This record gives sequence, C-alpha cells and structure tokens, in this order.
Amino acid sequence: MARYDRAITVFSPDGHLFQVEYALEAVRKGNAAVGVRGTDVIVLGVEKKSTPKLQDSRSVRKIVSLDTHIALACAGLKADARVLINRARIECQSHRLTVEDPVTVEYITRYIAGLQQKYTQSGGVRPFGLSALIIGFDPYSGAPALYQTDPSGTFSAWKANATGRNSNSMREFLEKNYKETSGQETVKLAIRALLEVVESGGKNIEIAVMTKEQGLRQLEEAEIDAIVAEIEAEKAAAEAAKKAPSKDS
Amino acid sequence: MECVFGLVGDGFALVAADSSAVNSILVHKSNEDKIMILDSHKLLGASGEAGDRVQFTEYIQKNVHLYEFRNGIPLSTAAAANFTRGELAQALRKSPYSVNILLAGYDKDIGPSLYYIDYIATLHKVDKGAFGYGSFFSLSMMDRHYHSGMSLKEAVDLVDKCIVEIRTRLVVSPPNFVIKIVDKDGAKEYAWRETIKDAEEPTA
Repeated sequence: MARYDRAITVFSPDGHLFQVEYALEAVRKGNAAVGVRGTDVIVLGVEKKSTPKLQDSRSVRKIVSLDTHIALACAGLKADARVLINRARIECQSHRLTVEDPVTVEYITRYIAGLQQKYTQSGGVRPFGLSALIIGFDPYSGAPALYQTDPSGTFSAWKANATGRNSNSMREFLEKNYKETSGQETVKLAIRALLEVVESGGKNIEIAVMTKEQGLRQLEEAEIDAIVAEIEAEKAAAEAAKKAPSKDS
Repeated sequence: MECVFGLVGDGFALVAADSSAVNSILVHKSNEDKIMILDSHKLLGASGEAGDRVQFTEYIQKNVHLYEFRNGIPLSTAAAANFTRGELAQALRKSPYSVNILLAGYDKDIGPSLYYIDYIATLHKVDKGAFGYGSFFSLSMMDRHYHSGMSLKEAVDLVDKCIVEIRTRLVVSPPNFVIKIVDKDGAKEYAWRETIKDAEEPTA
C-alpha cells in the first residue's frame, strides 16, 4: 500500500516537474481556444474539430457558464475539465451561500488554479491536463476580466490570450493587433485570432460573448458566418488597398 | 404567529406571507421578506424558526441554482419540491429544521403548481394551503371562496379577505403582509399590505 503513496509528480535532478510539463504537452495538443477582453464585453472562442456525422453536437459544449457572471473555456483533456468545472460551479454557489456575495473572477480563478496545484503535490495522482481561460465581470466594480490557469496551478490576468493548438501563432497575432475595443470589434478580434489557425467557417468555431447585463451568450453559426464574411471582406479590401498605391507611382 | 398561505389560479400561483420578524415579545422588523424567489419561475414561502428558515431556504436556493448550471436547464417545480422534502427528511432524525414551506412554481408544460411541505417532511401537491395560526382563518376563507381557475384579481381579493380575517381574529396578528406571484413570465413581488410602515425621519 505504501508503495502507491509515492507522488507521480516528483522533481527531476535539474528542477523540472516532468508530469506537469507533460500535462502542458497535452494542453498543446488540445483544441485552440482564445479569449479577448474588451471595455464592455469579453469574448471566448474555441476551435470546433469536425463533429462526427452521428454525434449530437449540442451535447458537446466547449464554453460553459460557471455562474451568471463567469464563464470558462479550456484546452486539453475534456474529461479533466468536466471535473474542474463541476468543482468550480459548486464553489460559486457555496461562496454565495456563505458570504451572500457572488465570486470575483480572480477568486474563482485562484480556486481552480489551487485545485490544479494540489494535484501536482499529492500522492498517486496526476495533474489536470488542461489550461482554462476564465472570463467574467467583477460583481462590485463591473470591470471585465480574463484570467488563464495552467496544469502547474499558476494563473494570471490577461488582456487577450490563447491556449491549445497553435496558441503561439494566435498569441503573436494578438500581440501585434490588440487594442482596446468594445462590442462587436472585440468579437471580430477574437475571431480573427482564431482564423489564423482554424479553417474559416461558422461550423469550425464556437464563440461566446459575455456582457454585464446579459451574461453569457453563445453566438449562432449564422452570426459567426456573417462576421467571418465581414472579416474576409476587410482582408480583401486591405489587400486591394496595398496593391493600389504602387500603381500610382 | 407567522402566517404563510397560497393558492393556484388561472395560469399563476400565488403565495402570501406575513412580514414580521419576532423574538418573544420584541418585534425586530415588520418588513421581513419570507417569500424567497428560488429561481426565475419558483417561489418559496417559508415560516418557522428564524435561523432555520433563512439557512434552509438559502441552501435549497443555491442547490437549485447549481442544478441549473450543471445541467443547462432549471429544475421542474415537482423536482424542486421533492428535493426540498428530501433534505428535510434527511435532517429529520438528526437535527430537524423547524421550517414550513409553500413552494409555488410555473412549468411551461404543466402550468402553475403549489406544494405544501411541512417541517416533518410531509409533501402534498395542493391547490391551496396555509401554515401557522393564521391558517385556521385563511383555510376556512379559502374553502368558502376558492374555485379552480380564479383570475388574478379574484385571487388577490381572496387573499385580502384572508388577511382581514387574520387581522381581526388573531390575538397578536402581524401588521404587514407581502404577496408574490409566479406565472409564465416569471416570479415577482405583486404587492405589500401594510398597516405599519417603517418610522419616518422625525421632523422638527
């Protein structure tokens, strides 16, 4: 019995926690996910890998509500996500019950990250193989927030971030193109970042928008298609504008 | 001394409760809201031990919300009533909650419903129900005047008749009442019936 108490996550001689790093590999293989914070909205976008013909796609929700003012998207092992999401939902209600106040985004992020860290320092368990993007509005200040956690249990706040497959390309795109936006512009920025790494089209992308008044709203496929078309048109116009001046010289 | 009563009408369910918070001979406040909005389409009117009332109903409310987040759809009224009764039954032979509950709800497929849940975990689906000393008067009044499919106006008139009876016939009757309704558009406060308002700022 004592033999199985040994931690799976132990230090390597050069100070690495290999299990945690392997968990990060699992995240890197997961579907692309992006989050962008605007002044009055926060947008989450997730890549939808092609659904098998016989599967009911409504049962595969990748962007979930944790509370009326908090939502989460993640990249990595979806079964691990289910467990963490369930614990987070319970904590959101438990917090409301004990202190009669809704959680702040930072609180619930710290809670989820704390859970992830616990599993890097316990006997016989492996870390959770997912990175979560957590969005929400602070119930007191009304400020929008975007946080990211990872399998090691670290978390931090972001203006925009990406995780999962090709997250580096998406992050580079966001670093180049991020500016303070609001409303539809924020949605467009998130979709443009996703389109860098995902086949374009409403059926390959899942987008949800959180506003202070109405909480989380999942966009319909038709809406996403319309915005994608707008983006493509803007891109084409920009290309044409680039070619035009050189003709005048 | 606490009065809670309710009835089912045409496309709505109504719960009325007194609003005094009392400790032996002292009235803490006369505008205590004892009808909790459980979720968008459910009302929970509760009477009983003050601490138990709030603790238990808040616990039920948070668990009903948790179900909705976990499953993406709200609990039906019948399911919520059975869950509430189950919690009371579990606690009954350990440390019982002294809370009597009238749970009113509206479901899209079956319309309005009212559940009577008492402190020893009795559960009945009813058209009209009442708890407390006031029930002696309000039940008799409702037995005389209630019929199924009452309009909102008829129902509120009946509630007012019951309140008049309670006020005239109960020795220490509560001064103020709150009335809440739930229909297809959701649960909301309908009206207050006050005889004592909170003290105004004293004028010079």
